[in-house]
Amino acid sequence: MERVPCALIGSGNIGTDLLYKALRSRWLQPVWMVGIDLASEGLARARGAGLKTSANGLDGLLPYLAQDGVRLAFDATSAYVHARHAAALRQHGVAVVDLTPAAIGPYCVPPVNLAEHVGRGEMNVNMVSCGGQATIPIVAAISRVQPVEYAEIIATVASKSAGPGTRKNIDEFTRTTASGIERVGGAKRGKAIIILNPAEPPLMMRDTVHCLLEGDPKQKEIVASIRAMITEVQKYVPGYALKNGPLFDGQRVSVFLEVAGLGDFLPKYAGNLDIMTAAALRTGEMLAEEIASGRFDPKSPVAPAAESQS
Amino acid sequence: MSQRDREIILHDVCLRDGMHPKRHQISLEQMVRIAAGLDAAGVPFIEVTHGDGLGGASVNYGFPAHSDEDYLKAVVPQMKRACISALLLPGIGTVDHLRMAHACGVGSIRVATHCTEADVSEQHIALSRKLELDTVGFLMMAHMTSPEAFARQAKLMESYGANCVYCTDSAGYMLPEDVSARIGAARAILEPSTEIGFHGHHNMAMGVANSLAAIEAGATRIDGSAAGLGAGAGNTPLEVFNAVCMRMGIHTGVDVFKLMDVAEDLVVPIMDRPISLNRDSLILGYAGVYSSFLLFAQRASAKYGVPTADILVEMGNRKAVGGQEDLIEEVAIGLVSAREESNRHTGRRHHSTAGQDVA
Repeated sequence: MERVPCALIGSGNIGTDLLYKALRSRWLQPVWMVGIDLASEGLARARGAGLKTSANGLDGLLPYLAQDGVRLAFDATSAYVHARHAAALRQHGVAVVDLTPAAIGPYCVPPVNLAEHVGRGEMNVNMVSCGGQATIPIVAAISRVQPVEYAEIIATVASKSAGPGTRKNIDEFTRTTASGIERVGGAKRGKAIIILNPAEPPLMMRDTVHCLLEGDPKQKEIVASIRAMITEVQKYVPGYALKNGPLFDGQRVSVFLEVAGLGDFLPKYAGNLDIMTAAALRTGEMLAEEIASGRFDPKSPVAPAAESQS
Repeated sequence: MSQRDREIILHDVCLRDGMHPKRHQISLEQMVRIAAGLDAAGVPFIEVTHGDGLGGASVNYGFPAHSDEDYLKAVVPQMKRACISALLLPGIGTVDHLRMAHACGVGSIRVATHCTEADVSEQHIALSRKLELDTVGFLMMAHMTSPEAFARQAKLMESYGANCVYCTDSAGYMLPEDVSARIGAARAILEPSTEIGFHGHHNMAMGVANSLAAIEAGATRIDGSAAGLGAGAGNTPLEVFNAVCMRMGIHTGVDVFKLMDVAEDLVVPIMDRPISLNRDSLILGYAGVYSSFLLFAQRASAKYGVPTADILVEMGNRKAVGGQEDLIEEVAIGLVSAREESNRHTGRRHHSTAGQDVA
């Protein structure tokens, strides 16, 4: 099957890391990358890889969507900007995987709920946040064993791996991650904390997950469920590792994770980039497969309800 | 150089930083009583709520006896003159918390980031300014960056709308010359209308001396806690600093005797144990470790049987920043495995030595 032409919006850390992963995909063919900084390293690398580029943001891409057959886009800009992008792309019949914490579309955390998104014809799918991608699978692994009253995650990332978009959007990170912990992770209440650490050499992304359970933890089942989930995540992020735990303390379960990246754009410490871009790629590939097979046409999206009636 | 006739604004933090040694369990009644005492003594700014600021309630930092909103609603209406402030750490609290605090009537918001990460504070500082609150940028662990870099971060906070920027010695690590260098560098590039403040911890017993160095370098606001109630060995003891100011002819507008009484009669009795400079808190200062890690390290020490000092030193080696309480348990577990590993090796060596002895 032919690879589906796609565009990358945003040429920062996340967009550029995604570029490398998309170039290796058998479902996606990245043809455009746009940014807002002519001198950005991301745009230079995209040109080097044979993509068309523009430093005029989405406006630089819109006139070429039709002629270049772009049906799918990845937005790695910022939550504020994405709101505008989402409307424009929908109008132009381009489905979008949103890597900002804008949370306009439904959340996708691939090992937990990618399958639910298949066949829904969604024009906008949101990837929550890097911290969400790293921790929600663990919350879900626990909540599928027994009810989770409260889940809290602490994501610590190297300062160098957090670009200006992330920094301007820090509240959106905490809010969107907390809501993803509830909606996808299955916790009744969620809380997210993010810490930036400037240490040199930069530290590997660390994530701590604390769950407060209803009732006493079914320790054996929880351990098995977490191990199975970690194996699922490792299929697309090989550097995803359990550092310590699960520790059981009364009704609390704590899990300590470390995420090493593939070192595609930033070095391996930036596991927060990889877990986001790898999850977005997997989601994009699912959409591309739907598009290539004719089951999903972003030019005339069908509401799932209407589809089931026909 | 004489600082005679300078006017200095004191900011008491015993009801916020003091929440750390109190495991965030100060009661509403205690908070109101102490705040009212500080107000009556003439302390112009008083900070309340969770030790880790608005939204700090968590497994990671501890769940407080009452919500931020409850503390603010109890304290704010009782103030006759004092302005109540709230601390907000982006990444922990959000602008939603800020709006809540504003609705409760706080007059000052202090937005705290690690000393190199000022650019995560833009949303919060800008909103606080827009709400016409006294808006302070709070650069924590200030010893971890150079004076020049510190000044540039202060300038960023000023550009977002902060009318005051703090040099925050969260680890109680700084010596007077470190304070002078950072505040001097910031003073040189900030607008003259932007105030500078200093927040000290007493882990090396430098709280008062560092605050004086700060004033000399151009600071006009000084944090402290009545009876020193704060993380680590506590904050600069405010009643002591106020008395020193009085002797030096520096005007604080705070009654020396009334503040002493608040410290001794109201704050000391609520302490779970004396705030003192002991081995563990000295290590915080010596190794440059975030003061509120102290109780967490002591608990991990009891649970895993490794010395508190070793945990704290390792937190320093790992360059942990404020808020990384979740690393403490992992560090303790790591120390246990390292010890077991080394015991195994020692055991083997012991064995072979014994063998040689026989040979």
